Amino acid sequence: MIARECGVFKTTYEADMALYPLPIARWTVGGLVVLFFAVLPLTLHEYYLSIVNLIAIAVVGALGLNILVGYTGQISIGHGAFMSVGAYTAANLAVRLDCPFWLAVPLGGLMAALVGAVVGVPSLRIKGLYLAIATLAGQLIIEWTINHVTWISGGAQASIQVPRPRLGGLVISSQRGMYFLLMVVVALAVIGAMNLVRSRIGRAFVAIRDHDIAAELIGIDIFRYKLLAFAISSFYAGVTGVLYTYYLGVANYEQFQLVTSIDYLAMIIIGGLGSILGSIFGAIFITLLPILIRYLMEAFGGLFFSTQVVLNLIPNLRLILFGALIIGFLVVEPEGLNRLWRNIRTYFRVWPFAY
Amino acid sequence: MLDWQFLALLASNGVLIGLMYSLIALGFVLVYKATDALNFAQGEFVMIAAFAVAAGLTAYHAPLWLVVVLTLAAMVAFGFGLERAVLRPLLGRPIVAIIMATIGLAAILRGLGPLVWGAATKALPLPVSDEPFAWGPLLVPPIQLVGAAVSLLFLAAFGWFFLRSRRGIAMRAVADSQQVALAMGIDVERYFALAWAMCGVVSALGGIIWGSMLGVDANLSVVGLKVFPVVILGGLDSIPGAVVGGLIVGIVENVAAGFVDPYVGGGTKDFAPYILMILALMIRPYGIFGKPIIERI
Repeated sequence: MIARECGVFKTTYEADMALYPLPIARWTVGGLVVLFFAVLPLTLHEYYLSIVNLIAIAVVGALGLNILVGYTGQISIGHGAFMSVGAYTAANLAVRLDCPFWLAVPLGGLMAALVGAVVGVPSLRIKGLYLAIATLAGQLIIEWTINHVTWISGGAQASIQVPRPRLGGLVISSQRGMYFLLMVVVALAVIGAMNLVRSRIGRAFVAIRDHDIAAELIGIDIFRYKLLAFAISSFYAGVTGVLYTYYLGVANYEQFQLVTSIDYLAMIIIGGLGSILGSIFGAIFITLLPILIRYLMEAFGGLFFSTQVVLNLIPNLRLILFGALIIGFLVVEPEGLNRLWRNIRTYFRVWPFAY
Repeated sequence: MLDWQFLALLASNGVLIGLMYSLIALGFVLVYKATDALNFAQGEFVMIAAFAVAAGLTAYHAPLWLVVVLTLAAMVAFGFGLERAVLRPLLGRPIVAIIMATIGLAAILRGLGPLVWGAATKALPLPVSDEPFAWGPLLVPPIQLVGAAVSLLFLAAFGWFFLRSRRGIAMRAVADSQQVALAMGIDVERYFALAWAMCGVVSALGGIIWGSMLGVDANLSVVGLKVFPVVILGGLDSIPGAVVGGLIVGIVENVAAGFVDPYVGGGTKDFAPYILMILALMIRPYGIFGKPIIERI
């Protein structure tokens, strides 16, 4: 961190846009790879790995939503439904056609991308508030359809059991196995998103976000790029849905209701709109929040309240803290955790010298 | 072969329910009209007011008029406080920020109600009989009639307020152009606060009626989701639009539920209004009475 930028001069645009902004970044990435692929899975207990897995799944979804909301400036309150589309696609493929895991993930994503693009069609004519309401309608209609069409939802309680993921002859049944799978997917998702936002397409997204009419005037096909943003974002959402389904072992629409859409929106608001790192921070934060509250209340709540009160307190306290955090971040730190992280880095950039 | 009596029964219920939707939608429209903010917590406003009234009536055994007056006062204070603490710092920020702020508010209220007053479903007894009265082929539950009457009364009152009173005209000026209103010496922020307070009043009334009909628990806030089809159909910034939208949604969902439910196994009520809304968004996004948005660079 200290003096790491010394002697680095960028003389070309390519160097300025490179994935590794500094030579030392290669070492950081190498360190992260060792941490996530060797240190964590070998040291963490199975239970903590299951939490890390949950975070990993949320990271993929938050990245996707951030591409749409943070980078393209379109609002979607329907991402929970796109996830359920991916989930049920994969579950049906796995059960009916015996489709393997590595194929179910992209296929679920593609189906969600298709549905997402259809829901995104109104975005050409309507924007802002109206788009928010249109995607809300999309969420409710998809939810209803999956719940009522037994051909999709498999009938009883609208849930489908999926087999454990298989890679070749290897059946992945433990959290540790799932962890490695998820880490590969997350790495792909992060690299994909980082490359997307610095490409021509990503630049077009940002132009549309900043001023759509101006973007159209400089020759960006708004309709195409808006639909593309919806499709890419929904692809990520669909993949999230598939991963979550394999994580739980069952596809169930109750996991992907309006509340889920709002959770993911909260992730990118708290993490930071228009930032890859922010999506990751937000996913970690929102996933850990209910777990921490439950843990703290079960450990210390009994000291102050009766068991009955604690049981009532846990879910409601989660809602209240969740809402308060969203509002708090919006009012005090609109750029989210990512901004806080950048502030810390800037502070240490020339530390211990003041200037 | 259409069963006309059945249709009339469904439609008449739809009209009454629709007017009650209009009442809630009115709160939404008031806020949008004056402040350009989309209130995703409308259903939660209704829920929290219903919680307060139910608790006042059953837990503290206060007389109805006192509870209603206190709740109305509390909701007005809540509206003012909310505008000052949350919405004002967000002025001029992107739309997603305001939407997320109201969604966050919704989460807080949904947690707060059950936290303070318990999660169990509570009754909200009003001095109205449960016996539906028959009127020709129609069956009308009295509570729906009361609800529709209250809705009409307040819709008329707000209509008068906006067309005739000085404050109402000032509010319309704020809604039309905040900058021009400021230049004309109107205290724009005060009218923002007033709009939120009025939204609180309307939500409290909606909460009493809907809570009495459905029972009071956290699920009451789902009523708020029906507001969106209502306001999209009628136009986000139009009070007559809220009435017409409410009537359309009420009738369509009742008739659709009556005729389609037997084939698909229920739930049409929660589905038909949104189909209608998507169609409206495609054909006429600013609604029947809303003012079209013209964009200039």
